[in-house]
Amino acid sequence: MPKMWNVYESFQALLEAGPYHLAFEGFLLVWVIWLLVAAKSRPRPIKLTKKEEEQLLAEWTPEPLLSSAPDPEHPALNTRTVKGKLGHYVDLGSGPLLNLASHDYLRFSEHEGIETAALECLHQYGVGSCGPRGFYGTTEVHLALEQRLAEFFQCESCVLYSYGFSTMASAIPAYAKSGDVIFADEAVSFCIQRGLQASRSRIVYFRHNDSGHLQQLLEQQAIIDSKNPKKANATRRFLVVEGLYMNTGNICRLPELVELRHKYKLRLFIDESCAFGTLGPHGRGALDHFNIPMSEVDLIMGSLEYGGGSTGGFAAGTSFVVEHQRLNGLGYVFSASLPPLLAAAAKQMLEILEAEAKDLVPTLQHRASQLHSGLAVALPAKMCVSGSVISPIKHVAFKPSSGLTVKQQESALHRIVQEVEQRGVAVVVASLLRSKEVCPPPPSIRLVVNVRLTDAEITTAITAVADACAAVIEAEAL
Amino acid sequence: MKAEDIINRINLIEKKAPLNGCLLPHNKTKFTPSGPKHNSTSNSFISSVKPDCSKLKGLEVSSVPYVDKHAEELRGEDIPLHVAFFTFLSYGVLLLVGYIKEFFSPPSSKERHREDYVPLFVGFESFYFRNVYRPISDCFCRPICGVPGERMTVLERTSHNNNWDHVLTGRKIDSINVGSYNYLGFAEKTGPCHDAAARAISSLGVAVASARTEMGTLEIHHELEALTAEFVGTEDAITFGMGFATNALNLPSLMGPGCLVLSDECNHASLILGLRLSGATVKVFRHNDCNDLERRIRRAIIDGHPRTRRPWKKVFIIVEGIYSMEGSICNLPRLIEIKKKYKAYLYVDEAHSIGALGPRGRGVVDYHNCDPKDVDILMGTFTKSFAAAGGYIAGSKALIQHLRMSSDAQHYASAMAPAVAQQIITSMSIIMGKDGTDEGQRRLRALKRNIAYFRKHMENRGFLLFGDPDSPVMPLLGLPKGPLSFLVRELSNRGVASVGVGFPATKITGARMRFCLSAGHDKQSLDEVLKHLNELGDVLCCKYNKHKGRADLQIEW
Ligand SMILES: Cc1ncc(COP(=O)(O)O)c(C=O)c1O
Repeated sequence: MPKMWNVYESFQALLEAGPYHLAFEGFLLVWVIWLLVAAKSRPRPIKLTKKEEEQLLAEWTPEPLLSSAPDPEHPALNTRTVKGKLGHYVDLGSGPLLNLASHDYLRFSEHEGIETAALECLHQYGVGSCGPRGFYGTTEVHLALEQRLAEFFQCESCVLYSYGFSTMASAIPAYAKSGDVIFADEAVSFCIQRGLQASRSRIVYFRHNDSGHLQQLLEQQAIIDSKNPKKANATRRFLVVEGLYMNTGNICRLPELVELRHKYKLRLFIDESCAFGTLGPHGRGALDHFNIPMSEVDLIMGSLEYGGGSTGGFAAGTSFVVEHQRLNGLGYVFSASLPPLLAAAAKQMLEILEAEAKDLVPTLQHRASQLHSGLAVALPAKMCVSGSVISPIKHVAFKPSSGLTVKQQESALHRIVQEVEQRGVAVVVASLLRSKEVCPPPPSIRLVVNVRLTDAEITTAITAVADACAAVIEAEAL
Repeated sequence: MKAEDIINRINLIEKKAPLNGCLLPHNKTKFTPSGPKHNSTSNSFISSVKPDCSKLKGLEVSSVPYVDKHAEELRGEDIPLHVAFFTFLSYGVLLLVGYIKEFFSPPSSKERHREDYVPLFVGFESFYFRNVYRPISDCFCRPICGVPGERMTVLERTSHNNNWDHVLTGRKIDSINVGSYNYLGFAEKTGPCHDAAARAISSLGVAVASARTEMGTLEIHHELEALTAEFVGTEDAITFGMGFATNALNLPSLMGPGCLVLSDECNHASLILGLRLSGATVKVFRHNDCNDLERRIRRAIIDGHPRTRRPWKKVFIIVEGIYSMEGSICNLPRLIEIKKKYKAYLYVDEAHSIGALGPRGRGVVDYHNCDPKDVDILMGTFTKSFAAAGGYIAGSKALIQHLRMSSDAQHYASAMAPAVAQQIITSMSIIMGKDGTDEGQRRLRALKRNIAYFRKHMENRGFLLFGDPDSPVMPLLGLPKGPLSFLVRELSNRGVASVGVGFPATKITGARMRFCLSAGHDKQSLDEVLKHLNELGDVLCCKYNKHKGRADLQIEW
C-alpha cells in the first residue's frame, strides 16, 4: 500500500505544483532525452582500415606544383639585358640609349668617389661578411654607416638592413602585432604591404593622399575604441605612409598627417625610400621638405638602393624605438649583414650628399619639373603624366576616360616602350604583381629623372615618349 | 669501453635486438651507400659514441639503413638532468630578481614626446631584454675589422653603464675565428675572388638601381644563374639579393591557402615567415624525424583540410640541408622516398650545406648522392660557403619561369650588386674546378679534415657535441646562460672568436656554443682552440660525454 500511496502522493504534488515548476521539469526531461539521443548521433571518430587508408592515399591527386604552364610571352620572361654598366646611357643590344629607367636619381652608382670607397673596402674586407650582425657580421664599416645615417637624419639611432625590400617588411612587424591597428595609404609600395601582412594587425587602408578619408576612418576607430576602452588601451595604432610614393610619384601630405598623429595618438612610420636624396634642402626626404622635426615621426625607414646608389636599407629613430629591431627585426637578426663594400659605398654617398645636396636636390627637382611640364603638353590627349611636379618619378598612363581594359593598356604600354627605345631612350613599364597588390595602380610607364640630364636630353626624352605614344595610339587605333 | 657495449647501446637506442656477429670484420655486410651517414643523422647519442667506434675499424652496423630517432628523446637523455634543472632554476631566479628589482625601481627609460600613447613594447619582451639579454649583450654583435677569415681582428668593447651602451676601447684582439660561416675559406681580401670582384666594380658599377624585371638584368646575372643551375644540377636557377628574402618572398608564390606544409621544427625564421605570408596550413614535425613526418603526412592527407574537409591542393615538405643551430644533416633519401610515396613536393633549404657538403661541394644532394631532379625546389644562399650575399632557387625550367613571373623580389627589389655576383661566380667556378686548378677540391678536403679532427678531439676530451659528424657546424650543449657567457667572454679574451646562442633563439635548456669550421683553419689554430676549450671545460665542468676517450689517443691530422 505505501507504494501506491507514494505514487498517488506524487501525482497530487504534481497537480499542485505551479506551471513554472512543470515547465522546468518538462524542460529537464526534454534535455535528458536530447542528451541521450544527441550523444548517440554524435559522430564517433571513424576508424579506417589500413586498406581504406591506402585507398584514400592512392586516390588523392595533388594539383601540379605550378597551376599553369608559364606563358612565354609574359613580360617578366622577356626582360631586356643590359650590356655592360647600367649608366646614364645603357646598351640593350642596339647602341646607347638614354636611361630614364633606373632609380638612380643622383647618379651615385656611377660616382667615382663612391666606386673608390667600395674598392678600398673590398681590399680590406673582401666581399661577404659571412655572418649575421649578431655573430661577427658587424664590422667597423657597418657601425660607421649606422652612425652617419643617424646623424644625417638627426636621429639617435639607426639600424642597417642588407636588402631594401626586407627593411620595410621587417621593421613594421617588429612593432605591430596582432591586435594592433595600422592605417596605411592604399598606394604604399609592395614591400610595405608585405610588412603589414606579416604583422597580422588589422590593416585599414585610406584613399591615396586623402587625409579627409583617413580622418573619417580614425573617427570610426575612435567610436569602436570608446565602446571597449579596455581593449583600446592595449591597441597600438600605427600610421604608415611613404614620403614620396613609388607607385604614383606623389609627395605625401605630411603636415596634415602629423596633425592627425597628434590628435589620434598614432605612431607614424614613414618610408623615405624614394624621397631620400630627392626632397628637402638637405636631401633628407619628406620630413626635410616640409621642415618637420624628426620627433614628430616614430620611425624613418628607407632603402639605399634608389637614390643611395648602394644596396640595403635602414631604419632610423630614437634609440628607444630603433634598438628594438636589433632583436626583433627578422630580416636584421636572421640574415647575413650587408657586404662591407656596399656599406662603405653608402657611407661615401652620404658624405657627398651632405656636401652637395644644396645643388643636387634643386637641380633634380628642376629637371623633374621640366620633364613634367614638357610631357603634360606633348602627350596625346588619351594619356597623361602623373606625380608631383618636382618628383623625379613620373607615371605616364592612359587616362581613365580612354576606356581601355587593363590588358589593352598593358600591351599598348609595352609597345610604347619599344617605340621609345627606337627613339633612343630607355624606359620601362612599372613592374607590378597585379594579383598580389592590395590596390594596384593603373598600368603605367615609370620615367625616372636623374640629376645629370641636360636640357637637350630632356627634350629628347619628351619628344621620344610623346611621339611613341602617338605612334602606338594611331597604329593600334586606340 | 668494449665494442659489444657500444653496439648494444646503439641497438638499445634503435630499439632493436643486438646484432650478433656484425662485430667481426669478416662478417661484415656491405654498406648501403647512405647507410652510415644516416646512422648518425641528428642522432647525437650515436655521434657521441663515434670516437670510440672509430677505434674499431671495420665495425659496421648495416641492418639499420635509416635511423630517425626522436632527436628530442635523445636530447633529453643526453643533457644531464641536473643541468636541465639548474638551467630552469637559473632562469627562474633571474626573472624573479628582475621582477623584484623592477618592483622597487621601475625602468626609467620612458619614451619622450609620446605621453599617453599605448606602450610600444609588450611587457615581457622588454622585461626580458632588460633583465636577461642586456647583461650578456656584450657576447653578441662584437664588431670586427677586416676579413672574417680563419683569423680575424675583433674590436674589444667595454661598457660604462651596465651594458646599455658599448664603447670601443681601441684594443684589437687577433682571434681565431670559429664563429663565421666561412666554410670554404672564400672570405679573402686577396686572390682570384677579390680581383674579379674589383674588376666587376670598375666595369659594372657598385650597385644596380632597378628591379630585375625592369632594367636591372645585367649579363652577369644571366651568367650567375646559368652557373648556379649547372652547379646544383638543375635545368635553371633564379637568384636574389638576400637569402632571407629568397625564402620569405618566394614561398608565397608557390603555395597558398588550401595547401599543407610539413615543416621541420628547427626551420629557419625566413622559412617560417614565408609560410606565414603564404597562408598555407603548416604542421610542424619533430626535428629530422622522418617517421614523425610520415605519420603526420599520412594522417593529414587522409583527413583532408581540418576546417573545410576538402582534400589538400598540394602538400609540401620543407627541410634544411644542414640545420644551423643543430648541426644535423637532413635525411634526404628518406625524404625523397616519403615525398614520392605521398605525392608531396620537397623544398630543401641548402643555406649552410651548399658548398660545405658532399664530395664535390654541391650540398646535401651531392652528399647523399641523390638526384637533384628528385627535389622539387632547391634553395640556397651565397652568404656562407661563397662568402658573398644573396640566395638562389634552382629547379625545373617551368618552376623558375613561374618564379620569374610571380616572385615579389623579381618585381620590386633591386638586382644583385655586380661585385657580389662576381664573387659568387668566381668562388663557384673554383669549387667546380673550372679555374683549371684543384683549389676547390683542396678546400673541400681541408674542410672535411678539419671537421673530423676537431670533432674527434672534442669528443675525446669529453665534450658532448651535437649534430652530424660530417657537419661543419658543431653545437656544444648543456651550458646554461651563465657558463655560456663566461665561456664566450673567456674564449674571446684568449683570442678565440666563438658564438653562444641561448633562449629565445633556442629552447630554454638548449643554450649552446656553436663552432663553425672553415677550410682555412690549420692544425695549429685548431689545437689552440681545443687547448683553451679543454681548460675552460674543466673549469665549467661541462664535459658531459660519458664516453670519454683516452687522453693520449692519437688522432691523425
Ligand atoms: C636555413 C637558412 N636559410 C636562410 C638564411 C638566410 O640567408 P641570408 O643570410 O643570405 O639572408 C639562413 C641564414 O642564416 C639560414 O640559415
